[in-house]
Amino acid sequence: MNIVIIKYNAGNIESLSNALLRLGIQAEITGDHEKIKAANKVIFPGVGEASTTMAYLKKEGLDQLIPSLTQPVLGICLGLQLMCSHSEEGNTQCLGIFEEQVKRFVPQPGMEFSTKVPHMGWNTISNLKSKLFDPSLDNQYFYFVHSYYATVGEHTAAVCDYINSFSAALQKDNFYATQFHPEKSGSVGSKLLENFLKI
Amino acid sequence: MLAKRIIPCLDIKDGQTVKGVNFVNIQSVGDPVELGALYAEQGADELVFLDITATHEGRKTFVQLVKRIAREINIPFTVGGGISEIKDAEALLSAGADKVSINSSAVRNPQLIDDLAKNFGTQFVVVAIDAKNYDGHWTVTVNGGRIPTDKELFSWAKEAEDRGAGEILFTSMDHDGTKAGFANDELARMADSLKIPIIASGGAGNMDHFVDVFTKGKADAGLAASIFHYKEIAIPDLKAYLKQKGITVR
Repeated sequence: MNIVIIKYNAGNIESLSNALLRLGIQAEITGDHEKIKAANKVIFPGVGEASTTMAYLKKEGLDQLIPSLTQPVLGICLGLQLMCSHSEEGNTQCLGIFEEQVKRFVPQPGMEFSTKVPHMGWNTISNLKSKLFDPSLDNQYFYFVHSYYATVGEHTAAVCDYINSFSAALQKDNFYATQFHPEKSGSVGSKLLENFLKI
Repeated sequence: MLAKRIIPCLDIKDGQTVKGVNFVNIQSVGDPVELGALYAEQGADELVFLDITATHEGRKTFVQLVKRIAREINIPFTVGGGISEIKDAEALLSAGADKVSINSSAVRNPQLIDDLAKNFGTQFVVVAIDAKNYDGHWTVTVNGGRIPTDKELFSWAKEAEDRGAGEILFTSMDHDGTKAGFANDELARMADSLKIPIIASGGAGNMDHFVDVFTKGKADAGLAASIFHYKEIAIPDLKAYLKQKGITVR
């Protein structure tokens, strides 16, 4: 199976490629349009800031390529946010694959539970609706690090609660995305990556 | 609900895990990758690897070790020790570390916090603070707690947050190695004045100490070393106990 991780100016792509290696998959990290188009599966990772990353994607023509892909595509973290229509981070027009909006968490002082921003650490996901998930992943803890979140909408495939409910995962047609980092989420994260590879 | 985190800390010298009592009389405990993978499997939420090697050769060994850790371990990990400029952090991040922890170098050069946050994002930057109570004044110390500085604990923690720290790792040198519990009063005071997560370190001796640090100490994460390394507390037992006490853990 030919798996491509889209290379762009995002941090820590290595940890994703390491996670795939642990599943016995040698992924290719590339920004080459032809290689991306030819892959069986495409992963669009991301750690970074929305507006500078979108500017980079435009410069490379990836803003046109990614929405036109027909094989299964998995966006992770900033990847998920950039697949939405708009992000409050840097007031950025994004790829528009999902209609959901990306907003900043607003801390709620005086609450009994943590409302610190970023939302960093392990949290549970529920209302699972996608081939990414199987019943064993319901209410399991996944690892999140983010200050912005996608709203809950038509394409929400998993919900997480932190300050408010948000989309922990999205899916529309061949496009899948998770706000959490499956590559850092221990055995449940590996399970999710395996599920994606099987689609 | 966001879970409280349990973080084993592994001190590394020349590629081996070590843990001292009050930072002296260091004993070797084992292979860091093997031990880290075991903790991850047992339910540790994150790992911290601190390089206490001072030599140039040791430093290169550590970067190689970080690459091995990144390949083998499927949970987030922080690395620290000897990071005094951007390029040190860059080498560790490109080796696969999720976060870097800076301590003495941030005290000597606070601008380093701003620079790391700007280059890699605040979520990459953990500012570790070792402090000691001198006649009622909580004073920041450097060089493994040996040298007091002119910085006061709470104002330094706030400054670190303002400069771009993503988390504070606070070790009370008065509690470290005592196994008598964490510095809960100071942790709670810090939690009330900061907006970023706080990792509590120093003093863990039994499971109730973790209950206390998450309730009285209001910490987001509890870090310990020897009690895990010497198998005095097993992480699955600790998680089960915390759950039973009504604390949200994974």
